[in-house]
Amino acid sequence: MLAFILKRILWMIPTLIAISIVAFIIIQLPPGDYLTTVIAELTNQGGRVDPEQVLALRERYGLDQPIWVQYFTWISGIVLRGDFGQSFEWDRPVTALVMARLPMTMLISIGTLFVTWVVAFPIGLYSAVRQYSAGDYIATTIGFIGLAVPNFMIALVLMYIGFEYFGQSVGGLHSPQYVDAPWSFAKFLDLLAHLWVPIIVLGAAGTAALIRILRANLLDELHKPYVVAARARGVPERVMLVKYPLRVALNPFVSTIGWILPMLISGDIVVGRVLSLPTTGPLLLNALISQDMYLAGSIILIVSVLTVIGTLISDILLAWLDPRVRLNSV
Amino acid sequence: MSTTDTTIDTGTGEIVDPRLAAWADAPPSVLFWRAFRKHKLAVVGLVVLSFIYLVALLAGFIAPRQSEWFNVDYTYAPPQALHFFDTDEAENTVFRPHVYGYALEVDPNTYEITHTIDPEQKIPLGLFVKGDGYKLLGFIPADIHLFGPLDPDQPFYLLGADKTGHDLFSRIIHGTRVSMTVGLIGVALAFALGVTLGGISGYFGGVVDTVIQRIVEFFMSIPTLPLWLGLAAALPTNWDPLQRYFAITVILAIMAWTDLARVVRGRFISLRNEEFIIAARLDGNSRKRVIFRHLLPSFTSHLVASLTLSIPGMILAETALSFLGLGLQPPIVSWGVLLQDAQNIRTVATAPWLLLPAVAVVLAVLSLNFVGDGLRDAADPYKQ
Repeated sequence: MLAFILKRILWMIPTLIAISIVAFIIIQLPPGDYLTTVIAELTNQGGRVDPEQVLALRERYGLDQPIWVQYFTWISGIVLRGDFGQSFEWDRPVTALVMARLPMTMLISIGTLFVTWVVAFPIGLYSAVRQYSAGDYIATTIGFIGLAVPNFMIALVLMYIGFEYFGQSVGGLHSPQYVDAPWSFAKFLDLLAHLWVPIIVLGAAGTAALIRILRANLLDELHKPYVVAARARGVPERVMLVKYPLRVALNPFVSTIGWILPMLISGDIVVGRVLSLPTTGPLLLNALISQDMYLAGSIILIVSVLTVIGTLISDILLAWLDPRVRLNSV
Repeated sequence: MSTTDTTIDTGTGEIVDPRLAAWADAPPSVLFWRAFRKHKLAVVGLVVLSFIYLVALLAGFIAPRQSEWFNVDYTYAPPQALHFFDTDEAENTVFRPHVYGYALEVDPNTYEITHTIDPEQKIPLGLFVKGDGYKLLGFIPADIHLFGPLDPDQPFYLLGADKTGHDLFSRIIHGTRVSMTVGLIGVALAFALGVTLGGISGYFGGVVDTVIQRIVEFFMSIPTLPLWLGLAAALPTNWDPLQRYFAITVILAIMAWTDLARVVRGRFISLRNEEFIIAARLDGNSRKRVIFRHLLPSFTSHLVASLTLSIPGMILAETALSFLGLGLQPPIVSWGVLLQDAQNIRTVATAPWLLLPAVAVVLAVLSLNFVGDGLRDAADPYKQ
C-alpha cells in the first residue's frame, strides 16, 4: 500500500510540472507582455507611467530574459515564496485575491460532491434493482435531461422563477445585509439559504452521470455467478445486495472525486458568472477577458493542482477499498 | 398437420425457413440496423437529428428572415402565436394563416416602449413567399422562403425579438448551422488524433503506451473549461469570424481526443491477441494491412458510437464558451452566441423567450445522446 501511494505521488510530479508549463504558456500567449499591457493601460487612462515601477517590474519578471528563464523565475517564486505575481487589474498580489475566494469555491465544490453522492446513490440503486420499473424510467429520463441541459440554463431558469414568482434575487451567497457583516450564526444560516441554488445547478450533470454509472455497474454485477450462488445459499436478498454487488459497484463513487472536481471547477466559471458567486470562477473569467494574465494563469494552475490532488486522494481511497486496483498497478 | 410453406427438413444442411435464411444471409449492416431499431428512443433521436441537420442545410430557405435582418422598431417584441383559420366577410371559417400585429404601449412615467399583441391587426402569411435574397446550400442564389408574411415589411416574430429587433426564430435556424457543425468538425479532428495515438498506444504497448497514457491522463486531469477559456482568450482579436470558428473547433478537439484514444487503445489491446488477428499476421500481412483491414473494421461500430457520444459535449462546450463571450462572436450566429443576450436576469425577466435557443441545444444534445446509446447497444453483440 505504501509503495502504491509513493508511486502515485511520484507520478504526480511530472504532471504538476506539465500543468505549470501549460499555465505559463497561457500567460504568454497574448501578444505583448505584462509591461506593454500595463503601460498601454496607464497611458490610455491618461495616467503617467512610473519609470521606477516599470523598472522594478521588469526586474522582477526578468522580461528581458529568454522565455525559459522567465518560466523559472515565475515558478520558483511560487514554489519558494508562494508569490504568484501581481494582478495588474486589481493592483494586488494574486495570492491575496485567490485566497479570498478559494475557501468559498472549495465549500461549494465539496458540498456539491456530497449532495451528488447522497442523491445519486439511492436513485441509482433503485434504478438497477427495479430495472424497467416506472421509477427506473423516471430516473433515466431525468438523468438524460440533466446531462443535456447546460448548467447555466438551470441557473437562469431558477433565477427567473425566483425573480418572477417569489420576487427575490437568488444570486450570490449572502443577502445584501450580510455581505460585509462579520461572521455570525445568522450569517451562516443566510449562507445555507443561498447555497442550495449553486449546489443544485452544479450538481445536476454530475448526479445524472453518477446515477447512470451506478445503475450500469450494478446491473453488470447482478448477473454474475456469485450473486446466484449467494441467493442459492439462502442469503436474504437485501443483505446479499448490500454485502456483495453493491460494494463492487461502489468503486465509481470513489473515483468520481477524480473527474467530478474538474467538472465542478469548470461549471463554477459559467454558473458563478450567472449567479454572481464570490468564487474563483468569475475571477478567472474577468482576468481572461481583461488579459490579466498572471492572475488567470495562476488560477488555472492552482485549480488544476487541486484537481490532481483530488484525483490522487480518490486513487488512494480506491486502492484501499479494492485490492484489485492496488495489486494490478504496482 | 402444419400447412405452412415450411418444407420438411431433409437434413442436407440447407436452411429452409425463409425467415431464418434471411437472418443467416443478412450482412452485418442489416443486423446492425435491426438491433438499432429495437432502441425506440434512439430511433426517435435519429429522426429529430436528421430533421435538425436538414434545417441546418436549408437554413436560408426555412428561416423567414436572414440572420442579420433586424428592425429596431420591434425591440423585445413578444412571440406571435400562429393562427390558421379566420372568418371571412360571410362569417365562414376559412383557412387563412396569419399572426396578429403589435400595438405600442408607452409607459407614461419611464417612456419605456413595450409591444403587445394586437388582435385587431392581422398579418397574412403564406408558403413559398418572396423575401430577402440568400444562397441556397451556399451557392444557389434564391429569394423564396418556405413561409413568411406575404408583405415582407410587416413584423413577423414567431419566437419574439431581441434587443435590436432581430427575429429570434430565424436566428435559431441560422444558428443550427454553426452549432451543429462545430461538433462535427471538432469530432473529426479529435477522431484523427484519438485513433492515431490510441491505436499506436494499444498496438505497440510498452514504453510508447505508457508515455501516451500519461499524456492522456494529464489532459484528463486539467479542468477543461479553464483551459479552453485560456486558449480562447489568447486568440488574436483581429481574426475574422471564420478563422475564429476553426480555432474554437481545434481548441475543443484538443480536449476531446483523450476519451477516443482510451476507447481505441482498449479495443486494440483486447483484439491484439484474437485468433483472427494472429492468423492475419502469420499469413504475412503487413502491419499496416493488419491494422487497417483487420483490426479497425472489427470495431468501427464502437468508434461510431463513441464519436456520436462525444459530439454533445462539444456542442455544450461551444454554447458555454460563446455564452461567456470567449467563443464565437457576432456576426456569427450560434445558439451560444444567441444566449449571450440572456445573461442578465433583468433581460430574461423582460424577454423570457431569449432563453429559447437553449431548447434547441437541449433537443440536439438529447437526440445525439439517444442515437449514440442506440449505436453502442447495437454494436455490442453480447448484450442480451
